[in-house]
Formats: sequence, structure tokens, C-alpha cells
Amino acid sequence: MASEPMAAATRPKRPIRWHIAVFLAPAVLVYTAFMILPLAGTLQLSLFRNVEQHQVFVGLGNFRTLFGDPNWSVNFWNALRNNVWFFIIHMLVQNPIGILLAALLSSPRLRFAAFYRTAIFVPTILSFVIVGFAWKLILSPLWGVAPHLMDLVGLKSLFTPWLGKEEYALTALSLVSVWQFVGIPMMLIYAALLSIPDEVIEAAECDGITGLSQFWKIKLPLILPSIGIISILTFVGNFNAFDLIYTAQGALAGPNYSTDILGTFLYRAFFGFQLQVGDPNMGAAIATIMFLIILAGVCVYLFLVQTRLRRYQF
Amino acid sequence: MSTATRSLPRTIGAHAILLTYTAIALCPVILVIMNSFKSRAGIFGAPLTPPTPKTFDLIGYTTVFGQGDFIHYFQNSLVVTVASLFFVLLFGAMAGFSLSEYRFRGNTMMGLYLALGIMIPIRLGTVAILQLMVASGLVNTLTALILVYTAQGLPLAIFILSEFMKQVSDDLKNAGRIDGLSEYTIFFRLVLPLVRPAMATVAVFTMIPIWNDLWFPLILAPSEETKTVTLGAQLFLGQFVTNWNAILAALSLAILPVLILYVIFSRQLIRGITSGAVK
Repeated sequence: MASEPMAAATRPKRPIRWHIAVFLAPAVLVYTAFMILPLAGTLQLSLFRNVEQHQVFVGLGNFRTLFGDPNWSVNFWNALRNNVWFFIIHMLVQNPIGILLAALLSSPRLRFAAFYRTAIFVPTILSFVIVGFAWKLILSPLWGVAPHLMDLVGLKSLFTPWLGKEEYALTALSLVSVWQFVGIPMMLIYAALLSIPDEVIEAAECDGITGLSQFWKIKLPLILPSIGIISILTFVGNFNAFDLIYTAQGALAGPNYSTDILGTFLYRAFFGFQLQVGDPNMGAAIATIMFLIILAGVCVYLFLVQTRLRRYQF
Repeated sequence: MSTATRSLPRTIGAHAILLTYTAIALCPVILVIMNSFKSRAGIFGAPLTPPTPKTFDLIGYTTVFGQGDFIHYFQNSLVVTVASLFFVLLFGAMAGFSLSEYRFRGNTMMGLYLALGIMIPIRLGTVAILQLMVASGLVNTLTALILVYTAQGLPLAIFILSEFMKQVSDDLKNAGRIDGLSEYTIFFRLVLPLVRPAMATVAVFTMIPIWNDLWFPLILAPSEETKTVTLGAQLFLGQFVTNWNAILAALSLAILPVLILYVIFSRQLIRGITSGAVK
């Protein structure tokens, strides 16, 4: 787009290299029109309010409503809190399990490694609709699969209909989401472990560092950049999540909003649900908050985590 | 060589953990598929046993095929996914090529601009996207979905493909230039065939989220004619909450095509991830 006059300016004797523009134009046009401009438009909409069919500029008024007006703020803070808990569970359960599985998979001459890899990645390719509903059925007290399975290990007394209880539903759904996505950290860490040069491992073995201490002292520091990447991917994915909650609990994120996260809150605010009327401006305000949260996370990652970790890379 | 790291108990332990987790990953899927072939009594009486001649029943599948227009939904999903994939790969490869091949002012800035979308989810622009689609009359068309998914897939595709195109030998391209090939011919005839493995990787990464997406079909194209299979399944499941045969059959029908594709392409996918394509 803007590239070809600039290119011509640097080398005045050369003809304009139109092919650069032709190669870039389709991607830049589609990307700008359907991603960048709508994002900017959403940020802009969050500063307006619809008063008698007219968009009126209200500055940060929508955000004041969102944070302060009890009609909105109770739900907003609840959704934000739930979203943070959703993220914490992923960081504490999904990523350690992913690292453990990757470490086991990458052990030398392990048989059936390809089979394990393929099988453990299966849930990740399934759609949220399948995952949400399948787990809803499995955890349902009507079907009785979960209590039956727990009976086999003598824990039947611990069973409750988790998805129906306010205090457990969010944690249960977070664990379902962990079940679905554990393949991604596993694969990325596995790739990082495979890329560690054999010389490093051999040198460690010559020094008598093997087994677990080899993992903690040699491999873990070397895969820290990948752990940084999976953390930021988890962060972006979690604060943008919607589908699983919607398929399993509906747009109201029941029971009693206990599984409401920012994605479902945005959906209800934007489209309205049952008694609530949809409000695009408030929807845009919530999307803006999500944008700022994700942007903050990405900035922390880029400026703090990645620059510090780079010195470990080869 | 590395005998020190391997011992029998350790190997057994590793297999035990991996087998346990494999079971956790696969059991729910197997459970759903297994029970979809049973009668209602079989589903509730013995959920953990495979269908026996006594409990075998296809009632769920007949209900699904009698009620939902799944073949049509399936076609919609296929059209949207294939078209988006085509545009992502074509436009992504073209942009990736120009970023990796040519030196021009603003190259780095353009690269960064296009990489923004890797981290910022397109979903946050939904409010304005819907307004745009309403204004241009594209609501409830598959075109709307294709445009949005193309924009969604492009940033990662450009990033990965330009990394791979940097590895294509300069000598080859310069030889083509000396022979009088145009830049377009060099791209389409020389470079594209060489990055085919990377294209396959990008294709798999792009395809899965598009096929599985619920958000944009729900918002941009919820009409009966444009429903995708994911949205159709979601609504169908909502309606048939108490008909367990139908639900399990619908779930199995949604799982099987993805599972078959995955088994065919898993090597490609895993090689793509482990080759450091997403570093």
C-alpha cells in the first residue's frame, strides 16, 4: 500500500516496484478492513452512548457505569474475578501437566511416544460444543458415569453435581478447559526439549547430573522461553474465552452467574439476553477492557519476560 | 550412550503416567461414541460397557438425520473453511514473500503491523465488525464469515510463511531473474512449491479454529441457510436436552469427521509444531 512510493523515494533511479504492492495489498486490505479498523472502531464506540437514536460522545462515561453503577459493576467485577480464577487454574494445572507430559515424552528411546503424543492432542482439535456437551453429560448425575467411575476407586461419596453447584462450577469448567488444551503446552515444550543440543545433555551427564536434577538444573532453564510463550498464549486465550462456558452453561453462565467470564458478559451486554436489552456501546466498553487486559499481558511478556529470557537461547 | 538416564522402574513409571493421561484424554470421547450406538436403556443401564447385541440401537442417528439439516450445515462449514483457507494461504504467502524477499522502507513496520493480530484476538472487534456487516448487507451470508476468518488467519500465516521463505535459496531466485522470469512467476513457480510443507502446517493451524468457531457464526450468520455445523450442533443439542440418544449421536457425528482428518494429518500437524514453526 504505502510501501511503493517510499520504495521509489529511496532509490530514485529504479522504477517503482509495483509487484511489492501487488503482493502485499490483498493481505493488508483484508487484515486492515476486518481486523484493525473494527478493533479501532470498537475502542471508539466505547466512548459514545446512544441517546435518542444519536451517538453522543460521553468520554469515559461508559467505563464509569461499568465500574460504578451496581447494575453493571456487580456483574463486571464478578466476571473479572472468575476470569482471573479461570486463568490461575490453567497456569497451575494445565501448564505443569503439559511440561510433565512433554518431559516424559522426550525421554530418549521411549516407545509408543508417537501414539501418546497423538492421543493426548485429540481433545485439542475437538470443538467447544463437543467438549462442553460431552462433559456436561459425563458429570451429570442423571447419567451416573462420573459417580460410577469414582466408585471404582472408592471415592463415590465425594461426588456432587459439580456443574450445578455455585462453588464448584467454575473450577470444574476450568478443569474441562485444561483437559481440552493441555496438548498445546505439551507440544510446545516437547519441541523445545527436542531442540536442546545433545552436547549440553552429554556434558551434564559427564558431570554426573542425571535424571530429575538434570531436568531441574539443565533442561528447565533452557525451556524457560517456551514456558513464557505458553503462559502468554494461555493468558490471551483465557481472557478471550467464551465458547466453553456458553456451550456448557448457556449465555447466563449459571448457576447464578458463578461461571460468568468476560467473554460471556460481553455477549450478554452486546446482544442482550432475556430481560436485558442489548447495548453495543457497553459491549464495546467491555471489549475495550478485555483489549487493555490482553495488551497489558502481552506488553509484560514482551518487555519483561522475553528480554530477560533471551540470554538463555542458543 | 545415555544409559545413565534410563532404568527399568523409571521407564515403567513414565509409561504408567503417559498411559493414565492418554486414558483421561480419550475416555470421554470413546464413552460418547460408544453410547451413541445404544438404546436408551443401554445408555443408562450400563454406560461403561460397549454396545452388545441386546443394547445396540441406531435410534439416535435416525433422529438426528430426521430432524436437523446436518448435511446442509456441513456444506456451509466446508465452504467457509475451504474458502478462508484458500485466501489465508494465498494472501499470506504473497505478503510473506514480499516481506522476506524485498528490502523497502517500512518493511519492518509492515511486519510488526501484520504481526499485531497474532496476539490481539479479532473477537474483540466484534461490535464494529457486526456494524460493518450490517452496513454492507453481508449479515447472514457465508461471505461475512469468510472475510472475518481470512483476516483472523492472516497474521500467523504471514509470520510463519515469511520465516520459511527466508530459507529459500537466493541463487535459485536470481537464476530465475537472469532467465527473465517476472517476480510473479518466481513467486508462483519457484518459491510456492518449495514452501509447500510450511503451507500444510499453516493450513492445519488455520483450519481447526475456523471449523470449530462458534462465536462468529452465532453473531454474523445465525440464519438457517448459513448455519455452520458447530452452530447447528449447538442449537440441536439445546433443543434435544432430554433425548440422550439423539444428543450422543449428534456429538459422535460432530467428532468423527474431525477425528478422521486428524488421524490423517496428525503427523503433519505435529511436525509443524515441533519444527519450531511457532517459536
